[in-house]
Amino acid sequence: MFKKTALQKEAKKRMKEISKTNRAIVKKFEAEKKRKDVPESEYKTEMKNPHNILEIDNLHTYFYTDMGIVKSVNGVTLEIPQGKTVALVGESGCGKSVTSLSIMKLVSAPAGQITDGQIRYNRPTGPIDIVKTPISQMQDIRGNEISMIFQEPMTSLNPVFRIGAQIDEAIMLHRIDIKKADVKKQTIKMLELVGIARAEGIYNSFPHELSGGMRQRVMIAMSLCCNPRLIIADEPTTALDVTIQAQVLDLLRDLKTKIDASILLITHDLGVVAEMADYVVVMYAGRIAEQGTAHDVFLHPKHPYTMGLIKSKPVVNQEVDRLYSIPGQVPNPVNLPEHCFFKDRCDKCIAACNGAIPELLQIGNTHKVACHLYDNEKEV
Amino acid sequence: MSEAILKVEDLKKYYPIKGGLLQRVVSQVKAVDGVSFEVKQGSTFGLVGESGCGKTTVGRTLLRLHENNGGKVIFDNKDVFALSNKELRAIRPELQIIFQDPYSSLSPKMPVGEIIGEAVREHKLVPEKELRNYVMQIMRECGLQEHHIDRYPHEFSGGQRQRICIARAVALKPKVIICDEPVSALDVSVQAQIINLLMDLQKERGLSYVFISHDLSVVEHISDEVGVMYLGNLVEKGPKKEIFKNPMHPYTKSLFSAIPTPDPTVKMNRIVLEGDIPSPANPPSGCKFHTRCQNCMKICKNVAPEYKNYGNDHFVACHLYDK
Repeated sequence: MFKKTALQKEAKKRMKEISKTNRAIVKKFEAEKKRKDVPESEYKTEMKNPHNILEIDNLHTYFYTDMGIVKSVNGVTLEIPQGKTVALVGESGCGKSVTSLSIMKLVSAPAGQITDGQIRYNRPTGPIDIVKTPISQMQDIRGNEISMIFQEPMTSLNPVFRIGAQIDEAIMLHRIDIKKADVKKQTIKMLELVGIARAEGIYNSFPHELSGGMRQRVMIAMSLCCNPRLIIADEPTTALDVTIQAQVLDLLRDLKTKIDASILLITHDLGVVAEMADYVVVMYAGRIAEQGTAHDVFLHPKHPYTMGLIKSKPVVNQEVDRLYSIPGQVPNPVNLPEHCFFKDRCDKCIAACNGAIPELLQIGNTHKVACHLYDNEKEV
Repeated sequence: MSEAILKVEDLKKYYPIKGGLLQRVVSQVKAVDGVSFEVKQGSTFGLVGESGCGKTTVGRTLLRLHENNGGKVIFDNKDVFALSNKELRAIRPELQIIFQDPYSSLSPKMPVGEIIGEAVREHKLVPEKELRNYVMQIMRECGLQEHHIDRYPHEFSGGQRQRICIARAVALKPKVIICDEPVSALDVSVQAQIINLLMDLQKERGLSYVFISHDLSVVEHISDEVGVMYLGNLVEKGPKKEIFKNPMHPYTKSLFSAIPTPDPTVKMNRIVLEGDIPSPANPPSGCKFHTRCQNCMKICKNVAPEYKNYGNDHFVACHLYDK
């Protein structure tokens, strides 16, 4: 019973080979990252549009696993204008979270590596390319200029420290201008800003004493305490009830105008997107399927995947007999097909779909779609 | 109207809080405090509310997975809480449940065929020889491929796992299935598949559902009747159309206004509730909702409102409509 079949042996051998080649590739990337004294000239760059706070250009983030290379982010290009909200939508596993982690350079190494592309960030001291920026520089940016709100407030707070201590820590690390004696005052101010009534009391409580909505507020307070210029909100309301979700969304919108920050909102809830976002990017299997303003994407969806997503969500006070459901499943990320990734699930498939993977086409002023259906509608 | 297959009358479930050196019961969490509703043959009753309001406890107490602290559950003219263990075992197959999380509710050590077939064999619904064929037929009905019968749960995606959970419940030829947030752990596109499957099965087999969810748009789609829960009580109950067209209780109104609509042109007129749901161990006096209610009056703080019918089987517990 314990004898391995020839097939299992074969699989094991292949796995070993893959992991050997992976190790060689990953080693190169890691060596590149760990260099000391990277000259500034290497990561200085120019923004395409100076009004953008962040421009992602042809980003590729791969995971080198023993099963093969997982192309989590496979050529994503998007931009976040100053003071606007951009929403990244897609099913789980489509690479939304990995995109956001790449911006922070927090992809779990050594397996995960940014292999190609540029992430241009418009720093007050001059634009830089985050992909090439050394870790020592990144530490000044993380939390300080770009901050992140994580998905699960239950797991992203440390259960053994008081709320106050956890926010204090962030302020002490990043805000050199605030004296040690004033840190607590600042923390309480932040807690009040996010609408916590008993800020003094909460300062001294532990995470488990708070409800889900309160914890998410604490997470938001923590991410805002250094006046970030870009907030990455990774599914900030997925774990919350609708009523609490409404509170948190209102809060985020309020704060955005108060501190004039830009938001990258990652979510799979289309309702939340419609309400919050100025621009929408729909991702599918590591690539962008469609992008445009909220108006473009919701009122005139072009990609069959976007249409399917919008149709498959039941809407209150609109009756349908049967919900539309996109047939099939997301393709295996290790073994992506050579043609359009959505072809096997698409109901509008044409002959061209068997050909090359479709590129993003400009079909309106702000509207882009990656689908062969619109090959002939290129903007003249 | 067809007859009620499941009748819940004034159901109560309290959990003790123990404290002190001797671990004596110091107080009680009133998780469910007097809930009544009926599920008609072949229809769906949707139960909505925030987390912590007692929806799941209702579902589990119905099945006698927890013992109750008062009230009655009449299923098929039998009082579930008065049954002996042996009698209870006999009706178990007819009352099934589908849990929220398809990842933790399937045993990782059992192949799918065994997961679905185990209870069928235990209850001797199908002769041993035909069991495998029967399981395959159920799998096909639930949209699973027959040749997956010997695979293990970890080889399936979330949506497929939820299909396995549904197949496990359906295999016992139940009359009522309690669906405890069956789609909240799934992606939108998979959600639609599972909801369609549940509705198809209902049509084919004449099942009745108690559908527990916090997603109002899903509840509206699948239910015939809806009950809104707040802190262990039903605050509003009625036919789906009544509730969604004409919500009366301020809590229901605020719940509805909080649902984001996927349409950027719609400007929301939101009633945002202040604060969190109060602790059920120490609920507010009078109407439990008065701490967050915008239309709170003097009477609300002291007197608990009565549950009244305002026409068309639309029940509301609120002082606003006393006159």
